[in-house]
Amino acid sequence: MSFAIFGIPIQAFLGQLLIGLINGSFYALLSLGLAVIFGLLRVINFAHGALYMLGAFAALLLSVYLGLGYWPALLLAPLVVGLTGALVERSMLSRLYGLDPLYGLLFTFGLALVIEGTFRYFFGASGQPYPQPSLLSGGVNLGFMYLPIYRGWVIVASFIVCMAVWLLIEKTKLGSYLRAATEDPILVQSFGVNVPLLLTLTYALGAGLAGFAGVLAAPIYQVSPLMGSNLIIIVFAVVVVGGMGSILGAIVTGYLLGIAEGLTKVFYPEASNIVIFVIMAIVLVLRPAGLFGKDV
Amino acid sequence: MSDASQTMDNAPGRRGRGVRIVMLLALLVALLIAPFMLYPIFVMNVLCFALFAAAFNLLLGYTGFLSFGHAAFFGGGAYFTANAVKEWGWSPEMGIALGVLGAAALGLVMGLIAIRRQGIYFAMITLALSQMFFFYAVQSSWTHGEDGIQSVPRGKLFGFIDLNNTETMYFFVLAIFLIGMGIIWRFVNSPFGMILKSIRENEQRTISLGYAVNRYKLGAFVMSAALAGLAGATKSLVFQFATLTDVAWQMSGEVILMTLLGGIGTLIGPIVGAALVVTLQNYLATSDVPVTIVIGAVFMICVLVFRRGLVGEFYRSRLGRRLGFDPEP
Repeated sequence: MSFAIFGIPIQAFLGQLLIGLINGSFYALLSLGLAVIFGLLRVINFAHGALYMLGAFAALLLSVYLGLGYWPALLLAPLVVGLTGALVERSMLSRLYGLDPLYGLLFTFGLALVIEGTFRYFFGASGQPYPQPSLLSGGVNLGFMYLPIYRGWVIVASFIVCMAVWLLIEKTKLGSYLRAATEDPILVQSFGVNVPLLLTLTYALGAGLAGFAGVLAAPIYQVSPLMGSNLIIIVFAVVVVGGMGSILGAIVTGYLLGIAEGLTKVFYPEASNIVIFVIMAIVLVLRPAGLFGKDV
Repeated sequence: MSDASQTMDNAPGRRGRGVRIVMLLALLVALLIAPFMLYPIFVMNVLCFALFAAAFNLLLGYTGFLSFGHAAFFGGGAYFTANAVKEWGWSPEMGIALGVLGAAALGLVMGLIAIRRQGIYFAMITLALSQMFFFYAVQSSWTHGEDGIQSVPRGKLFGFIDLNNTETMYFFVLAIFLIGMGIIWRFVNSPFGMILKSIRENEQRTISLGYAVNRYKLGAFVMSAALAGLAGATKSLVFQFATLTDVAWQMSGEVILMTLLGGIGTLIGPIVGAALVVTLQNYLATSDVPVTIVIGAVFMICVLVFRRGLVGEFYRSRLGRRLGFDPEP
C-alpha cells in the first residue's frame, strides 16, 4: 500500500497506534486503581508498580508450582494481590490515616522497595518468560497490519475491566457508599456503614486491579522484579494530567497518553520516553488542576 | 516564633544555646580529625550526602514541600561539573560553580512548573520532571549514557592546590560542606526563612499579609536545588565520575530517607541521617543482605514509628528538653 501520513507509511503509523493503545490499556488500569485508592484513602500508592509486578509473579509462580495456566491465574493472581493489599492496609497503612498524605506516599514508597528488593533477591534482576495462552496465540492480518491476537485481547480485557469498575462505582449501592465516604467519611460512618472495612476493600480493589494488569502484561513483557518501578512514575504523570477527581478521567487519560506515546514513536522516536512528562508539564502550565480535575 | 525564643532571656533557652555550641564544636573537632581515624573517601561521601540532605531539608523542613526529584539537581550538578572539568579543562572551583548554576537553572525550570500544585501532586510532578532529566542523561551524547562521565580529573584548586592528595581533597570538601551549611543556617534564620515558615504554617494568612508566596516558594526551591547541585558537583570530584545513579529516582528516595531518619525540619537531623544511611550502605555492600530491602524497611519503620526522626525525637525526649532544646524547631 502506498498511503502515507506526513511521509510516514500508514502501516508504521497504525502499528504504533496499536502499541500505544496497548500501553494505554495498562496506564488506564493502573491509574484507575491509583485514583480509586486516592479518592477514598487520600493515599498515593507508590507501591502500585510493585503490586503490578506481584500480579505477574503470582501468575508465573502459580504456573510453576501449581501448574495453573493463564486463565485461572487471571482470576487468582488479582485475588492474591488484592488480599496482600488488604493485609498491608489493615496492619500498617491504616495507622497513617489523618496524618499528612505525604506519609502515605513515603510509606508505600518504602513498601515498594521492600517488595521489589525481595523479589530481586530471590529471582534475580533478569526477566523470565511467561507463555501466552494457546487460545490467544497467533494473529490476524488486518490488511494494513498483522495483529497478534493476545495484544488485541489485552485491549479488550482492559477496557471491559475499566468499564466494570466504573459501573461498580457509579451505579451500584456499594459504589454509592464509596462515593459518599469520599465526600464525608464521618457522616457515612454515623449512618452505620462500616467505613474502615470500605477502606480496606478499596485498597484491595486498587491492588487487585494492579495485579490484573500484571497478569495481562506477563506474556507480553517478561516477568521481572523491576517491571513496575519505572512504570509507576509514568502512571503518576498520567494521574497528574487527568486530575484525580474523576474515575472516568483517569481511564480516558490513560488511553490518550498511551496513544500519544505511541504516535511520538512514529514522528520523533527520541522523545517517546519523555513525551508523557512533557504533556504533563504543558497541562500543568495551562490547567494546573489537570484535564478532569476539580481541586487544585 | 523562634525569633522570640531567641531573644527571650529564659534559662532553658540559654542553656540550649550553650549545649548547641558545645555540640557544634565537638562536631567540628570530630570532622577535623576524622580523615586520620576513618577512611577519608568514606567521610567525604558522608559530607556530600549530608549537604545534599540538608539542602533537601531546606525545602521540605521549612516550606513543607516534599520534592521527589532532587536527584536531578544532585546528578545534574555532578554531570555539569564533571563535563566542565574533564572536557573543557576548567579548574575545580569553576567547575563546581558551573554545577551549582546548572542545578539552580534546572531548579528554576522545574520549580516554575511544580509549584503550581501542592502536597502529593508536587511530589509526583517533581518525580516526573526529574525522570525526564534522567532520560535526557540516558540519551544525550555528552553524558555518555550508561557509562557516565568517567575518570574526571580533580585538578588544582585556584591553580596551585593539588586536589589529588586525599587529605587536601578532604579539607576542600569539608570547607564546601561548612560553607553550604553556613548558607543554609543563614537562609533559614533570615527574614526570607521566616516568611517560608509562615507559608508552611498558614499560607492564606501570609498571602493576606501581602507576600507573593509563589515567589518565596520558587526562591526556596531554587536555593535548595543549587545547594543539592553543590553537593553533587563536589561528589563528582571526590569519586571522579558522574553516572546515571546520581540522577535516578532511587537517589531522590535516598535523600528523603536521610532527612526523614534524621529529623525533618532540624538543622542537624539530615547530617545524622546521611551519616547513618551511608554507613548502612557501606556495611551492607559487603554483606549478603540486599540494600534495597533494608532501606525500604527503614523507610516503613520511620513513617510508622518515629516520624520526627532521631534528632526530632531526641529534642522531644526528657533529656532533650532538660538540655533546653526546642521540640518544635
